[in-house]
Amino acid sequence: MQIIRPLTICLLSGTLLAVACSEGVKKDEKPVDVQEMTKNQPETHGAELKESDVVVSNPLNTEWVSAGKGIYEMKCQSCHRLTGEKLVGPGWKDVTKRRKPVWIMNMITNVDMMLEKDPDAQKLLEQCMVRMPNQNLAKEDARKVLEFMRNNDGEK
Amino acid sequence: MKFFSHKTLLATLVLAGASLQMLGCKPKGSQAAISGDAALKTYVAPGKYDEFYDFVSGGFSGQMSVYGLPSGRLLRVIPVFSVDPEKGYGYSEESKAMLSTSNGFIPWDDLHHIALSETNGLHDGRWVFANANNTPRIARVDLKTFRTVEIIEIPNSAGNHSSPFITENSEYVVAGTRFSIPLGDNTDVPISSYKQNFKGTVSFINIDKNSGEMNLAFQILTPGVNFDLARAGKGKSHGWVFFSCYNSEKANTLLEVNASQKDKDFIMAVNWKKAEEYLKAGKGVKKTVKYTHNQYDEKKHSATSTTMNEVLVLDPKDCPDMVYFMPCPKSPHGCDTDPTGEYIVGSGKLAATIPVFSFTKIQKAIADKNFDGTYDDIPVLKYDAVLHGEVQKPGLGPLHTEFDDQGNAYTSFFVSSEIVKWNIKDLKVLDRVPTYYSIGHLSVPGGPTRKPWGKYVIAYNKITKDRYLPTGPELSQSAQLYDISGDKMKLLLDFPTIGEPHYGEAIPAELVMKNSQKIYKIEENAHPAAAKGDNYTRVERKGNEVHVYMTAIRSHFTPDNIEGVKLGETVYFHVTNLEQDWDIPHGFAIKGANNAELLIMPGETQTLKWVPEKAGVFPFYCTDFCSALHQEMQGYIRVSAPGSNVPIIYGTGTIKAAADYKATDGKTK
Repeated sequence: MQIIRPLTICLLSGTLLAVACSEGVKKDEKPVDVQEMTKNQPETHGAELKESDVVVSNPLNTEWVSAGKGIYEMKCQSCHRLTGEKLVGPGWKDVTKRRKPVWIMNMITNVDMMLEKDPDAQKLLEQCMVRMPNQNLAKEDARKVLEFMRNNDGEK
Repeated sequence: MKFFSHKTLLATLVLAGASLQMLGCKPKGSQAAISGDAALKTYVAPGKYDEFYDFVSGGFSGQMSVYGLPSGRLLRVIPVFSVDPEKGYGYSEESKAMLSTSNGFIPWDDLHHIALSETNGLHDGRWVFANANNTPRIARVDLKTFRTVEIIEIPNSAGNHSSPFITENSEYVVAGTRFSIPLGDNTDVPISSYKQNFKGTVSFINIDKNSGEMNLAFQILTPGVNFDLARAGKGKSHGWVFFSCYNSEKANTLLEVNASQKDKDFIMAVNWKKAEEYLKAGKGVKKTVKYTHNQYDEKKHSATSTTMNEVLVLDPKDCPDMVYFMPCPKSPHGCDTDPTGEYIVGSGKLAATIPVFSFTKIQKAIADKNFDGTYDDIPVLKYDAVLHGEVQKPGLGPLHTEFDDQGNAYTSFFVSSEIVKWNIKDLKVLDRVPTYYSIGHLSVPGGPTRKPWGKYVIAYNKITKDRYLPTGPELSQSAQLYDISGDKMKLLLDFPTIGEPHYGEAIPAELVMKNSQKIYKIEENAHPAAAKGDNYTRVERKGNEVHVYMTAIRSHFTPDNIEGVKLGETVYFHVTNLEQDWDIPHGFAIKGANNAELLIMPGETQTLKWVPEKAGVFPFYCTDFCSALHQEMQGYIRVSAPGSNVPIIYGTGTIKAAADYKATDGKTK
């Protein structure tokens, strides 16, 4: 995440030169170096998840399915149908068969990073033309949404 | 003009002297005042942050503006006392109550002064307070959200100028009335009965340590003078507040002349710890008044206004040792306490010297009862007994003083249009630099605190003249940034401001930005009309009203097609922004609304009231560019004739009647 953070900030500030961000900033005599803070803006997204960070198992956790449904209705339903129908974003039917769990989790919790470097995410942006919003889900919440997706795809 | 009175002649001479001095100070060209490295010192590269936030009065715009320093870039205009159609402030149903007063809804005021909250005499970056001058009020802006979250009206006051100066642990912000007025039940008295019937008050508004909530703790009844500015003591003088006042002549007409008769007016010193003791002892008298207290709930995204009916008033006659007057030459404006709290600098607008008072000497004079008589039964301390010394021939028209971290003071001079740097201890003038033009207040980052940051002084000017490209009869208001890190002050930058930049306070960026809030969490949205997800979107008729519960997300509204509204009905659009991403507000505007737009922050719900004027189809759209398909973020509402039988149907993509939603989803929404 330490590597990702400056990249994301560059994206936010519209600067694409990663070098500009990673250059050392001269410290002056002041105790607070605000220039340094441009690099240290707290990240609104979670850390990038590795494959080993996401464990799926059966049977499904029914509490997570139900909590995931609630989060879906509040934060996702406006753009994603539970069928295969594309609305703003792709329909969720069979998404867990198309994508690895870690891909889905990163797409939810770390969308700017995914749009920056993941070819499949970039392809989706080209199709949908709307950047998927960061809906500010904690990792735990995203995991519950994933469980709800698995349920939607017929897993038991 | 047939004859010159002695006074007129004198005034003319003073003015002539002033213009001579101005000519003397004015450099040959504006470039002459700029040193070679000014650009380097104010350049903040693209994508980099400024070092300080500067919170600046918006004057008669009624708003507060926020600049970055040293760049002078405008970062934000925070609506406070005036409506702001850009942000829907004062137009949305939720925000209207913020501008509610005992005189009803007031869409405008005149915001003069800024006070950043303090802990242990240092800026803590939590809140910023501001005063409404015309209809007396004090506002609190929360620096997490840069939003006005509270406004309290001040009863028994008129022209709330001497406000909102703050004590060193934010125990109180104060509010001294500029105008003395007739108080009590019968205020219908002849103006000429000023001396008998007109009184002043100073108010102490308590700040809750945790929530910041304001509460009008007490008022002190004073003689009928005009209060101008104030500063709280700090360090050794903690527990005191000093108020400058003019018109000790108690004139009620042609104050320009009649309130300038006496050689000295006063600084009023109030021992508020003593006042607290008197309150505890039951000396406060409950007076019936009427004022409003407005609060914005950031969970419900709504303001409420409460009418208050009582205030506790302390009369110095019943409370000895609470209030003293100190003579101060000629209509004092600023009365500023230095970082140690020992020195109080008076600034007589018409005086030729700057008197500096010593808190230690004030305490001694009080102990020794070293009085020069009384003024309306309040003891007047002997001038010589409380004086540390006078800065001799500093300039013309001293207004206001702030301090650096090296024991120096910086005083603004309106008439001679300059900043003068002088040493507090030996009162020697060290440097002077011209301002363009006619400076009012000035500020040093942290200047009113125990530990000023120094580095810069900012001039808030009254007149702009030739400093910018002309824009017709009115020019941009203007501020200027000076480097004070060396022995000599150096002009670095002009930057335009909104309204009239009476006063500002600057604070290191770090202290504020670390708390800055990025979104409103949708889970915490407690607005009663929130639609927290598309399942909760609906259209409901309630009597003569139609309520639309709508969501917005990149890039559509749900519902975006609405039919069944009848002419004569009032439509309320309750729009919830489902986004949870920083800096993604959605706007909402509908054709023909004699109102403004809504600007809805991520996770927030806001309501626009719309009264259709005729039957037809009316488009609405998102006003804040949100995505590549922002232009597609639009919808229609159909209004039918009063007797028509068009049913209520609505939706996005699929348009259905309300009953069908229930049937398909199996739940009531």
